[in-house]
Amino acid sequence: MSKIIKNLKQFSTSNDRFEGAHLLCPGCAHSIIVRELLNCTDDNLVIANATGCLEVCTAVYPHTSWDASWIHIGFENASTAATGAEAMYKALKNKGRLKDPDKPVKFVAFGGDGATYDIGFQFLSGAVERGHDFTYICLDNEVYANTGGQRSSSTPIGASTTTTPAGRVSYGNKKMKKDIVAIMASHGAPYVAQVAPNKWKDMVKKYQKALATEGPVFINAMSACTTEWKFPSNETIEVSDLATDSLVFPLYEIEDGHKLTITYRPRNIIPVRDYLGVQGRFKHLFKKENEYLIDEMQKTVNAKWELLQKREEAGV
Amino acid sequence: MAEKLELQEVEVWDGNMAFAQAMRQAQIDVVAAYPITPSTPTVHGYAKFLSDGYIDGEFVLVESEHAAMSGCVGAAAAGGRVATATSSQGFALMVEVLYQASGMRLPIVLALVNRALASPLNVNGDHSDMYLGRDAGWIMIDAFNAQEAYDLMLMGFKIAEDLSVRLPVMVNQDGFITSHTAQNVRPLSDEAAYKFIGEYKEVNPMLDFCKPVTYGAQTEEDWHFEFKARQHKALMDSKSVIEKVFEEFKELTSREYSVVESYDMEDAEVAIVALGSTVESAVQAARDLRENEGIKAGVVATRVIRPFPYEEIKETLKNVKAIATLDRSAPGGTLGMLYNEITATLYQGDSKPVINNYIYGLGGRDMTQEDIKEIFRDIKKNADAGTLVTPLQQFSGLRGPKLSFFN
Repeated sequence: MSKIIKNLKQFSTSNDRFEGAHLLCPGCAHSIIVRELLNCTDDNLVIANATGCLEVCTAVYPHTSWDASWIHIGFENASTAATGAEAMYKALKNKGRLKDPDKPVKFVAFGGDGATYDIGFQFLSGAVERGHDFTYICLDNEVYANTGGQRSSSTPIGASTTTTPAGRVSYGNKKMKKDIVAIMASHGAPYVAQVAPNKWKDMVKKYQKALATEGPVFINAMSACTTEWKFPSNETIEVSDLATDSLVFPLYEIEDGHKLTITYRPRNIIPVRDYLGVQGRFKHLFKKENEYLIDEMQKTVNAKWELLQKREEAGV
Repeated sequence: MAEKLELQEVEVWDGNMAFAQAMRQAQIDVVAAYPITPSTPTVHGYAKFLSDGYIDGEFVLVESEHAAMSGCVGAAAAGGRVATATSSQGFALMVEVLYQASGMRLPIVLALVNRALASPLNVNGDHSDMYLGRDAGWIMIDAFNAQEAYDLMLMGFKIAEDLSVRLPVMVNQDGFITSHTAQNVRPLSDEAAYKFIGEYKEVNPMLDFCKPVTYGAQTEEDWHFEFKARQHKALMDSKSVIEKVFEEFKELTSREYSVVESYDMEDAEVAIVALGSTVESAVQAARDLRENEGIKAGVVATRVIRPFPYEEIKETLKNVKAIATLDRSAPGGTLGMLYNEITATLYQGDSKPVINNYIYGLGGRDMTQEDIKEIFRDIKKNADAGTLVTPLQQFSGLRGPKLSFFN
């Protein structure tokens, strides 16, 4: 059952199922993304969490931030943990052993981009292919933040990370970010979407659609990382706005593997360099010898936006 | 409701079918599995039972063994009976999750059909996979033939799910020699088997939403040690439950199991300690030697490998003069596991028999009657001399010049 999207006053008076008491960095977007998911439904929740920032900051014994059933196994297998629990739910339902068979239960897995794009990719692919009824949410901060800022296959080209540091002869990460949304849509998942916490109404709408969808759902959530993107911790939403308004991080959804809908069109599209300029990880790109990369990134963003619009129009 | 299967008083099953039938009778709620030789027929058998309506649990066909055990952990934490089957490389891939399963005290049962580990790649039976899992915090039980594979699989669920245990259990059998050899097996009826195991008892299930639980929390130097100590204590204490379940099984079937099995040990001067199908071969060889060569030979086997049956080993081997410990796993630069553990145990006892170590049967190499007799004759020399006159570690059944270490 979906809840009404709350206004600020309602927010201030309602209980969170994800407690505010956790160890995430001040300014971390993870908590916004996660809290909205837990608060957007009254259904019972089973949550699986990959190893990563969210996990190490919310379940340090003897404390827990989760007022929901929660499990963490390892870095790679949050999808499998959630789908194993979902299989048990189906088995017990079939055998008439559920305590409250009429109340819906939703299965949700959270993983960072390292857990999703890299080490847990095979597990995620398997879980989606098998058609389990669950929602996987990738907290995409484009870096292995929990282990100290190493590149992942989600790290954008040009970003300085601890394993691709910008230096005398290097502009940082040399590889393009993997298009995880297209890959997951290609699995034929009934619902795939990209969200950002600064556009929280869009995010919550997609969450509610995801939970109402029968079958596997994949959501890629942009999570601005104050520590590794290197911006002041009180500017998370502003940086996120620059990401969505420059279309570096476009918001859209894909139904049944092909039907693409853009869900946010910025009134004023801003240049990619404005987004890059506020983050320490891209600082070196503004050196004369690297500036050509900013132009190339702008071209890539333009081409992707063009493609999304064409796909939306053509319904393919 | 799943259909019942009418079984004969005596069935002709191989070890894999014995596993599959016991898993069917246990009415498992979730099996998550991935195929690997030689355990594949266990999973095939289970799949066929499902397709024919004899199983009403969920069967999750995952994309790797790591995912198989991960799915088992998720399912077991949700709250229900869970099992899987694997071998060799698949087991190696699961190792990370084996530790997580035992750390979360989840009563998962793993049917492990023992096979060598690559490289070189080898599909045949040895105990490399079993040995790889020995520090994972699981209860480890070994079956020496198909009947025992069936019996111990049924008992595995009852032991794992006991409220004072709540630890995962792996039941081992030898790849091919046991898993693919048809033998007479006397099964229980479906009703009797399920009644023996009993209904699954929930402990902190994730699907109880009145009491949300956090599984797999983090602990650092403040709490990790206490958790691991408590887990070790639970594993050590499980021995009394294992013995109780063995006793209940004996009352039901007249089939007797002990944490340490001994054969012809009453007056034995020399003994082989072994695991798996080699135990029956060694018993045969020992009886031959008693009859034809007058060697008072006996055989001892650790039915339960973890928790290690320390007292029982000390008691069973207290009167022998010489012992050969047979390890079917490449020792990796040291003495074999059985050598190390048996020797350490007897060092605390009153008698100090001469003990040596044989590495044998790697990658499915046959252990012949003559090989075993040669070992008995070897250690008879040690017994007569009252000291080690043979090399400490030898490779039995190896082609080429004799190989020995720690001389």
